[in-house]
Amino acid sequence: MAEGVRARVKAPATAAAGESVTIKTLISHPMESGQRKDGDGNPIPRAIINRFTCVFNGETVVDVMLEPAISTNPYFEFEATIPEAGDMVFTWYDDDGSVYEETKSIAIG
Amino acid sequence: MTFTRRQAIATGTGFAVALALPLPARAALEDTIAEFTAGAAVGEGGITLTAPEIAENGNTVPVEVDAPGAVAVMLLASGNPSPDVCTFSFGSLAGAQRASTRIRLAGTQDVIAIAKMGDGSFTRTQSTVKVTIGGCGG
Amino acid sequence: MRQAWLGIVVGVAFAGAATADEFAKLVVNGEIEMVTRTQAPDHMEAIDEIRSGWTFRTGETQTLQMDDFDNPGMVFVEQAVEAWAVAEGGMGKSCADCHGDVADGMKGVRAVYPKWNETAGEVRTLEMQINDCRTTRMGADEWSYAGDPMTNMVALVSSVSRGMPVNVANDGPASETWALGKEIYYTRYGQLELSCANCHEENYDNYIRADHLSQGQINGFPTYRLKNAKLNSVHSRFKGCIRDTRAHTFSPGSPEFVALELYVATRGNGLSVEGPSVRN
Repeated sequence: MAEGVRARVKAPATAAAGESVTIKTLISHPMESGQRKDGDGNPIPRAIINRFTCVFNGETVVDVMLEPAISTNPYFEFEATIPEAGDMVFTWYDDDGSVYEETKSIAIG
Repeated sequence: MTFTRRQAIATGTGFAVALALPLPARAALEDTIAEFTAGAAVGEGGITLTAPEIAENGNTVPVEVDAPGAVAVMLLASGNPSPDVCTFSFGSLAGAQRASTRIRLAGTQDVIAIAKMGDGSFTRTQSTVKVTIGGCGG
Repeated sequence: MRQAWLGIVVGVAFAGAATADEFAKLVVNGEIEMVTRTQAPDHMEAIDEIRSGWTFRTGETQTLQMDDFDNPGMVFVEQAVEAWAVAEGGMGKSCADCHGDVADGMKGVRAVYPKWNETAGEVRTLEMQINDCRTTRMGADEWSYAGDPMTNMVALVSSVSRGMPVNVANDGPASETWALGKEIYYTRYGQLELSCANCHEENYDNYIRADHLSQGQINGFPTYRLKNAKLNSVHSRFKGCIRDTRAHTFSPGSPEFVALELYVATRGNGLSVEGPSVRN
């Protein structure tokens, strides 16, 4: 697990049934591209978040495949339809096998 | 991740070489697109890519794609060492086929977005982003 | 001769450079209104209006600072929020044990630092004060002056003063240190023989190659730079600038940089505390 990885998610606490809401996510991660070399000229191995998913009550909102050209501290903003109250689960998959997960509950109101 | 001045120069040189000898770089780009489209024809229209005309730093360039009715959108950076950037797949609860992220660009180049639409057709758009590589590294 | 040479470098403006919306209003989270342009303090002779570095950036970069979620620097502030409550050192104390909630205990502090410390008989930066707390009140080890834990903590302390006017004193017992800082500001360093003033006073708003020169204000520090994707301290930026003149630089935390920070901070009196800001 990369050190000090921290995920942030911005989602509304409530939405009208069927409403489309804006979701923002950011995870602190170096996204080492594999293109760089260290001080001795040895390549620094690639170590990135390679996939991000957002799922609401088991249904997919967005599923993103990331390549090394995504910036340090990957950021995504997108729209989600909220048909009913439930949990929005955000998952980031690290090259090293780590999985980082955040959950936000959204109520209808 | 940061680029040293030396790496930035090396990247820039690589880009210049790619311009002079477009075949290998172009081949990588074409291969990546072909993999996504499975060789299908790619049309235009129905997709919007918003990217800055000039990026103050190539390490963090904000981009947004919007392709109503798309099931997936692939982003490509034609002048990067590897052209892939990311692919968004929109699920049944996507409120819009729109997404924003922040990407790395090794130099001035075209950013390309290709959408796979609900009917299986493909459409593309592109935008040139000038990347300023300054002298004041700080 | 030197003037002519600098004129050539600066004169080669970057063709087609993005024009920042330099008159845009900076409001963070729709509620913190920032003063990004105001009348220069009396002690400044060469500049009438002082401007936040934010006014020199492109619209895309400007936008990143207008919302705490879009501002990646806030992730590191959150790390400092956790550190604020962690007891460390032989006395088993955390920052919170003495200062309480950071938003109450630290409000306004960033705006007046660096500041004369009567007991110590010296001008202290926030970093020096934090390390003094760590060693004398917590019995903990000092943090590296410009290391991440320190810079993140300074960003947290700054964040609770956002929108307040910078109001750093240059008179009384601080005047000697301030005068040293001013001398450094106008001294040409390095093989390029450039002073701070050459770029940030005589040529702000011009381009030096592709760089849009700002006034070198520090009201937005620590700043999240797109370049290295982390928070950068004032002294790290000073070091980078002086290194770019091809000089041996002073070290972060050195008396020279403390004096320079005091002087430069007073050049921003009247602008808002913005840290953590976002810059290129």
